[in-house]
Amino acid sequence: MMSRLATSTAKCVRAPVLSSALRSSAPARALSASAEVASGISFQLSPELLELQELARKFTANEIIPKAAHHDRTGEYPTEILKKAWEVGLLNLHIPETFGGMGLGVLSCAIVSEELAYGCTGIQTAAEANGLAQAPLIVGGSESLNKKYLGRMTEEPLMCAYCVTEPIAGSDVAGIQTKAEKKGDKWIINGSKMWITNGGKANWFFVLARTDPTASTGKAFTGFVVDADTPGITIGKKEINMGQRASDTRGITFEDVVVPEENVVGAVGKGFGLAMEAFNTTRPLVAAAAVGLARRALEEATSYSLERKTMGKPIAEHQAVAFMLADMAIGVETARNIVWKASWQRDAGQKNTWAASVAKAYASEVANKCAADAVQIFGGNGFNSEYPVEKLMRDAKIFMIYEGTSQIQRLIISRGVLDAAKSK
Amino acid sequence: MAHRILVPVKRVIDYAVKIRVAGGKIDTNVKHSMNPFDEIAIEEAVRLKEAKKAAEVVTVTVGSTKSQETLRTALAMGADRALHVEIPESAEVQPLEVAKILKAIVAKESPSIVLLGKQAIDDDAGQTGQMLAGLLDWPQATFASKVELNDSVLTVTREVDGGLETVKTTLPAILTADLRLNQPRYATLPNIMKAKKKPIEKLSPADLGVDVTPRIKVLEVSEPPKRSAGKTVGSVDELIDKLKNEAGVI
Repeated sequence: MMSRLATSTAKCVRAPVLSSALRSSAPARALSASAEVASGISFQLSPELLELQELARKFTANEIIPKAAHHDRTGEYPTEILKKAWEVGLLNLHIPETFGGMGLGVLSCAIVSEELAYGCTGIQTAAEANGLAQAPLIVGGSESLNKKYLGRMTEEPLMCAYCVTEPIAGSDVAGIQTKAEKKGDKWIINGSKMWITNGGKANWFFVLARTDPTASTGKAFTGFVVDADTPGITIGKKEINMGQRASDTRGITFEDVVVPEENVVGAVGKGFGLAMEAFNTTRPLVAAAAVGLARRALEEATSYSLERKTMGKPIAEHQAVAFMLADMAIGVETARNIVWKASWQRDAGQKNTWAASVAKAYASEVANKCAADAVQIFGGNGFNSEYPVEKLMRDAKIFMIYEGTSQIQRLIISRGVLDAAKSK
Repeated sequence: MAHRILVPVKRVIDYAVKIRVAGGKIDTNVKHSMNPFDEIAIEEAVRLKEAKKAAEVVTVTVGSTKSQETLRTALAMGADRALHVEIPESAEVQPLEVAKILKAIVAKESPSIVLLGKQAIDDDAGQTGQMLAGLLDWPQATFASKVELNDSVLTVTREVDGGLETVKTTLPAILTADLRLNQPRYATLPNIMKAKKKPIEKLSPADLGVDVTPRIKVLEVSEPPKRSAGKTVGSVDELIDKLKNEAGVI
C-alpha cells in the first residue's frame, strides 16, 4: 500500500507542466499558484492559508452575516459589502501580480469562497462572478488586453460578468446563437444572453459568440471583452429567483454592438476552449461555496439541536437527529476534501477537469441535502423566514444547475471513468 | 516630530471561545488571537502614523513561538517592525515581569509613547501599563477613549466610573487603550503579504537582564458555580426565611 502511494506521489511531482495561466512573473510566493505544489500529500493548511482563512472568516462574521437576510429579503445588491471586500483584498484574487492583483492559486481562492459562502452564497456569487469573467482573460488574454481590463479591477471596486449562457442554450454551449461578424477591423455582435450574474452591475462582459457558422465547435467561437457602456447593449430586468437573491441576474441583448479587434480574447475561433478552460479554475470555487453553505447548514442545525428540547431532552440527544447531523458532517468533510484536491491539482499544473467535476457534482448535492436536513431539524421553525435555514435551502438549489449542471458533470465524470478503462 | 510608538501585544484565548477548566487548569488547546484591547492600541498607533504624528510603530510581545502569529497580525495592521521576547511555552509571565521587560525594551528603542491595551482578556489584570509607568517614572493616561497628539503634548480623554476625564501630558508617556478608542481595521490581504517582509527581532528575557520568575502563585482555578434553578415562594415570610437560612445572605 505504502509503495503504491509513494509511486503515485512521485509521478505527480516529476514534471509539473505549468500552463501559461499559472506562470506568474513574480517569484513564487507562499500563496501563489506554483508554490503550492506539495512534494508529498498534506491536509494541513500553511500559516499563510490559515491567515487568509481567518481574514475571510472575520470579514464574513462582521460584514456579511449581519446583512445577509436583508439583501435576501429585498434583493438589494450588496454594493457596500463588495466594496469593503475589495478594500480588504478579498475580491479578484486570481488576477496576476503584473496587473496589480494578488496572483493567488485556486486553493487559496477556494478557502475564501467557502468562508464568504458560509455567510451568504448570494453575496459570495456576486463576488465569484468577477473571477469567472476574469478567468478566460487570465488563461488566454493578451498582455495589453489584460492590463486594460484586469488592471482596472484592482484600481477600483468594479464588477464584471461572464456572458455565455443564452435563453436557448445553457448546457449546450456549442448551441449558442450570438454571432460576431467582422466588418473592417471591428466585430459586430448580435444576440441575447441570459442568467448573467452581475449583468446589471458589470463594467465589462466576457462574451462568447459564434464567429464561424460552419466550423466545428473547437473553431467556431471567439471570446470578446465588451465594455458595458457600448451602444447597442440592453440590460434586462433583475430576475427574481428562488434563492441567492442578493445576486444580480439578468438577460442581456446585443444589437449591432461594435467591438474593436484588440478586444478579442486569445485567438479568433478558439473561444470555446477558452471558456471551458476557465471552468477548471472556477468549478472548484463554486464547489467550495457549496461546501460553505453545507457547513452553515450543519452548524445552524447543530446549535439548534442543542437548545431545542423534545420529550425532556435536547433533540441532539435523540439519535434520529444526531445521525442526521453525522450524515451532514460526512458530506461537508468529504466535499471539502475533493474541492481541495481539485484546487491543488490546478495549482500543481495538473489537469483537474475530472476532479473539478466530481467536486462540483458532489458538493452541490451535499449542499442541497444539508440545507434540507437543516430545515428538517429545525422543524416548523425551519420552514419560517425568521430562522436562517429556509434561506439556505432556497440558495442551495442553484448549485446543482449553474457552472455546469449535475447532469453535465456526470457526463464528464463517466467519460473519464470509461476513457481510463479503455486505455488500460 | 519623529515620534516612535511602542505597542506591546499579547496572544490570548480568543474572546469568542467558551472557556473550560479541566483538572484545575484552563484548556488552552483552543483558538487564540490578539488581545482585543491590543488591537485597538495598534490601530491607534497606526492612525497616528498615518496622520504623520508619529514616524514609526514598533510592536513587541512576550510569549512562546506561537506568539509570532500575533506579531504578524500587528505588522499586517500597519506596525513597521516587531520584537519577539521569546519564552518557553510552559513558562508563565505576569504583569510585573512584563513591565520590567518593557522597561528594558524602552531603553533599547526610545519610544515617545508606549501604547498598551488597558487589560488582557485572560487575566484581566489591567496592571502592566501602570506598572511600566511606575518603573519608568513616566506620566500615564489610562482607559483612553480619545487621543490627540499636538506638538509633543498628549490630550487624552479617559473613561472613568464617573464619566469622562480629560488629561494633558507631555512626552514621553504611557497610554492604555479602552474599548471605544477606535474600531480596528481588517488586516487586508495585500498587507498580510507585505507583513512577511517586515523584520521580527528575537530576544530573550536574559538578553534584557530580566528575571521572569512569577511572584504570584495561582492557588486554584475553577469555573463559576452553575446557576441553579430558582424557586417560587408563597409569601414574604417564606422569602425572608429562605434568604436567611438557605442562601445565607441576610
